[in-house]
Amino acid sequence: MNNKTSFVQGFKHGIPIGLGYFAVAFSLGVAAKNAGLNAFQGFLASILNNASAGEYAGFTVIAANASYFEMAIIILITNARYLLMSCALSQHLPPSLSLGHRMLIGHFVTDEIFGITIARPGTLNPYYTYGAAIFASPAWAIGTALGIMAGNLLPGRMVSALSVALFGMFLAVFIPPCKHNPVIAGCVILSFSLSYLMQQMGKWYPFFASMSAGTKTILLTVLISAVAAYLFPVPDTEA
Amino acid sequence: MKNNIFIYIAIMTAVTYGIRVIPLTLIRKPITSRFIKSFLYYVPYVTLAVMTFPAIMDATQSPIAGLVALILGIVAAWLGAGLLPVSVICCLTVFLLEWFLV
Repeated sequence: MNNKTSFVQGFKHGIPIGLGYFAVAFSLGVAAKNAGLNAFQGFLASILNNASAGEYAGFTVIAANASYFEMAIIILITNARYLLMSCALSQHLPPSLSLGHRMLIGHFVTDEIFGITIARPGTLNPYYTYGAAIFASPAWAIGTALGIMAGNLLPGRMVSALSVALFGMFLAVFIPPCKHNPVIAGCVILSFSLSYLMQQMGKWYPFFASMSAGTKTILLTVLISAVAAYLFPVPDTEA
Repeated sequence: MKNNIFIYIAIMTAVTYGIRVIPLTLIRKPITSRFIKSFLYYVPYVTLAVMTFPAIMDATQSPIAGLVALILGIVAAWLGAGLLPVSVICCLTVFLLEWFLV
């Protein structure tokens, strides 16, 4: 398949992704505004990061005025899955593919774009990725900026409703695998329970209350994932 | 003292880009450690779950609306609804419930 056909096909597949991004990015913009970002800063963060959970976690760091080091660690943890996706994707690239293409494709490794690119038969034509990203990525960034601008024009109940859109998207990512994989289901239940427990502990122990939301996320993610990996190593065909 | 938002964004960008591009450019062989592969396999689900609850109850004006949105969102995702439908269901749930709760 030539570059142009791949690009057009990628563009078509990117349209529903972009529409979904736009709605979710709007609610991300509400979180960004609460953290003190203006529309330009939100646009910049989104166009440069292309990461929902990572950006959300980043905005909580900014809101808490936590250290730059904590920001780096939290982004590393919340976006660690892209490392795995890029490892998988590297096996689908033509070995001769230039460094420039590899560096550009890398910027667009998101949950959704990874999902459609990894499903392509044979090796990946980079123009498929570019076609998918050319609508989806700006939709994400513009949605974030509009969320920041329009967030304060909307009544409180509307903002309250939109602020759960991002959580809805998270649910759509981690709930479906629970149906077929009891270990993931167990991880999710444990994550909910320990996360809630840690929040409640803050009421009695100042030590827990002083920890930022991001630090709690890091600690629980590393702990639960390591225990799951130790007790239930993933078969080579799945990981 | 408030830290600089542009420096925060630069750090976010550098770390995120590094995570994505390093495997694509440097690692030519698959990871062999079964533990690291398994750990990376579980990380996305655990991170998202930890960030969702109880945070969803603090995001809304009424914690009960957030909790109901969580439950209905789980049901919808379990039944196979995609990214956008699940988000819309959660938003509508909060919007409708907060007519009565707030």
